[in-house]
Amino acid sequence: MAETLSVTTLRDVPDDAAQNPRALTLVVEGMHCGNCMRKVERTLQAVPGVVAARVNLSNGRAHVTAAPAGADLDALVEALRGVGFKAYELVEGTTPAHATHDAEYLRRLGVAGFAASNIMLMSVAVWAGIASDMDASLKTLFHWLSAMVAIPAVAYAGQPFFRSAARALRARQLNMDVPISLGVLLATGMSLYQTTRGSDQVYFDAAVTLLFFLLIGRYLDIAMRSRASSAAQNLLGLRATSATVVLPDGTTQRLPTRDVVPGMRILVAAGERIPVDARINRGIAEVDESLITGESRPRRVAPGDLVYSGTISVTGTLETEAIAREENTLLADISRLMGAAEQARGRYVRLADRASRLYAPAVHLLGLGTFIGWMLLGYGWEPALTAAVAVLIITCPCALALAVPAVQVVASGRLFRNGIILKAADGLERMAEIDTIVLDKTGTLTLGEPRLIDSTAIDDRALERAASIAASSRHPYSRAIVAAAKARGIPVVAEGGVEEIAGAGLAHVDASGETRLGSAQFCEIADTSPESGSTIWLRTSDGRATAFHFTDPLRADAAEVVGRLRDAGFHMEILSGDGRAAVAEAAQAVGIANWQAGLKPADKIVRIDQLKAEGRKVLMVGDGLNDAPALAAGHASLSPASAADISQTAADAVFQGERLAPIIEALLVAHGARRRALENFGIAIGYNFIFVPLAVIGLATPLIAAIAMSASSIAVTANALRLSRQRLGNGLGRMS
Amino acid sequence: MTALAWTIPIALFLGGLGLAGFLWSLKSGQYDDLDGASWRALDDDPPEPRR
Repeated sequence: MAETLSVTTLRDVPDDAAQNPRALTLVVEGMHCGNCMRKVERTLQAVPGVVAARVNLSNGRAHVTAAPAGADLDALVEALRGVGFKAYELVEGTTPAHATHDAEYLRRLGVAGFAASNIMLMSVAVWAGIASDMDASLKTLFHWLSAMVAIPAVAYAGQPFFRSAARALRARQLNMDVPISLGVLLATGMSLYQTTRGSDQVYFDAAVTLLFFLLIGRYLDIAMRSRASSAAQNLLGLRATSATVVLPDGTTQRLPTRDVVPGMRILVAAGERIPVDARINRGIAEVDESLITGESRPRRVAPGDLVYSGTISVTGTLETEAIAREENTLLADISRLMGAAEQARGRYVRLADRASRLYAPAVHLLGLGTFIGWMLLGYGWEPALTAAVAVLIITCPCALALAVPAVQVVASGRLFRNGIILKAADGLERMAEIDTIVLDKTGTLTLGEPRLIDSTAIDDRALERAASIAASSRHPYSRAIVAAAKARGIPVVAEGGVEEIAGAGLAHVDASGETRLGSAQFCEIADTSPESGSTIWLRTSDGRATAFHFTDPLRADAAEVVGRLRDAGFHMEILSGDGRAAVAEAAQAVGIANWQAGLKPADKIVRIDQLKAEGRKVLMVGDGLNDAPALAAGHASLSPASAADISQTAADAVFQGERLAPIIEALLVAHGARRRALENFGIAIGYNFIFVPLAVIGLATPLIAAIAMSASSIAVTANALRLSRQRLGNGLGRMS
Repeated sequence: MTALAWTIPIALFLGGLGLAGFLWSLKSGQYDDLDGASWRALDDDPPEPRR
């Protein structure tokens, strides 16, 4: 792919590079179907200066080729916003190696499949010939033809296994790839030797079919990892990547955030993310700090106050002075805290690897034992080696290597259909082990955005008037009013000429006078009730006043989900950064006895480490930036799709929608997947019990080897597929 | 049995043709966006020029 140049770095680019068309990659949120795709492509192509635009629906990205001049990033993002899509630039330079591996494994898979099918054709003819009267020279010809196809195919398709085995051996370890490589190489070499001697003990078909099945398993595994990492990479782009800097001569320039140094004057427009920690010089605004504090109500800021990177100015334009470099911001601190917490999780050993630690030595001992046994019985090295190779082929962990990837793919497909996006490849395995669930409050147990309450007490006219004024504002309360009006079926027509006074409210003047929507003070109303912080007032031109109360409601099924999880035997806790009263109320409402309030990100980690020290496996469910380190510290973690980008990056899985039920679904699927994987191990080992004795005593003919291997692979795949449609509804009670 | 002298090469050649076709389709990016491709098939407009 061409190098992606962001417009913000263009000034660094030599002139000759600027003459070429530029390639930009945008991450576009919310594309679901062909119509969205076409709309995005047409919109992008209509932007002046765009040469071509093509959407990739699978990874949610749009590739844009733009003329050297014109069509800068902001224009593209703005155009997409106009048609209802949120877009941001993809952060390059973090492209994982998986992406290229994907295609490489498919190529090897294609070659192995070609070789396996053609060799199998000839082998079937030979096996049929053994029963009838095939003459020996023809049989030898077929064996030679098989060798000519098999040897190059094994040399090419087997490389990933050989390399991995060599790496393991150099580190003086055994992994699954060591017996695989040994089996395939010995089988190929031995078969070649037997072919030169015109013998029947030729295993080319088994060796190549083995590689084919193994590559399927490996490809599924890699494809899933690369899907997960591309999702993670999309999230990275969300961070503010450029800042509007005011130069000493008064002009403004967009600069990459990493080039911002303390002391620079930065302009933040309404609706923009604040690029670095800064102090306000001019302007009043309300800042949405929900990313950091979990508190959904915006904070009013004035000159002299500090604002933090990653937060959003909801109303009002600010002129600020940067006080930290990008790497020293609060956001960066939290990232580091998270990185440290993640280290522990990196040591998790996956199920398949644990199995192979037991399996690989056993296989080698068995093969060696067979060889020595035959030698001791005095049959000579040749039959001894043939029997040992047969043992290696039969025991080759073909089904074992397919067992887990097949289950993982089916499970992640099932989760995806239910709106849960699995991000970590081993996340399901870890989720199946948890016994403790720690929840954040704001944005997790609750929706994280204010909703109008007691709306029945407000008459239609007042609500309509308030909504028409609020329609042009981004403030969460404004949005809540508009949503409430729409829910009641009132058409919302945005009023023109609404003035937004940051930190106070909205004002609109028409022929009859001035209407105000905002704080009690702004509307000149004496409100002494304790809820004044979450109440705004509408005062119409005739002096009538209406109060609007807001609350951050619990998710509709929060109490039910918590109840079911508790009944299933999970230990539940709430860890929140919010105030005591609010947390106590939420804990009471959902029925969780253990809760802590007012916690900082580091405090949450401390509590999770305590739980870990008690031997518990913790599932962390959270959304705020303040939860990100805890998400990384938990044994497994879940995040709602409304969560801060960095939290979604840290979480093993992200769930969509306004309900908490996906937590149960995720746990059920995790347990189902674990059960299927263990069953698959059982099937694979069961086959060995039947066929290994045959191989040890030298009765595993090439035909038996081929049948045993294919049948076990198909059996584990079929078993994995059962997970796709199976009802898991009542498995929760037996979970822990 | 002389039929084998030409049927086997033909079988291998046809199989190889299939393999070459697969490798070409892989290389030309036809597996990059399976979700999008299924929708594009329903698009009546002539395909837009590829980048």
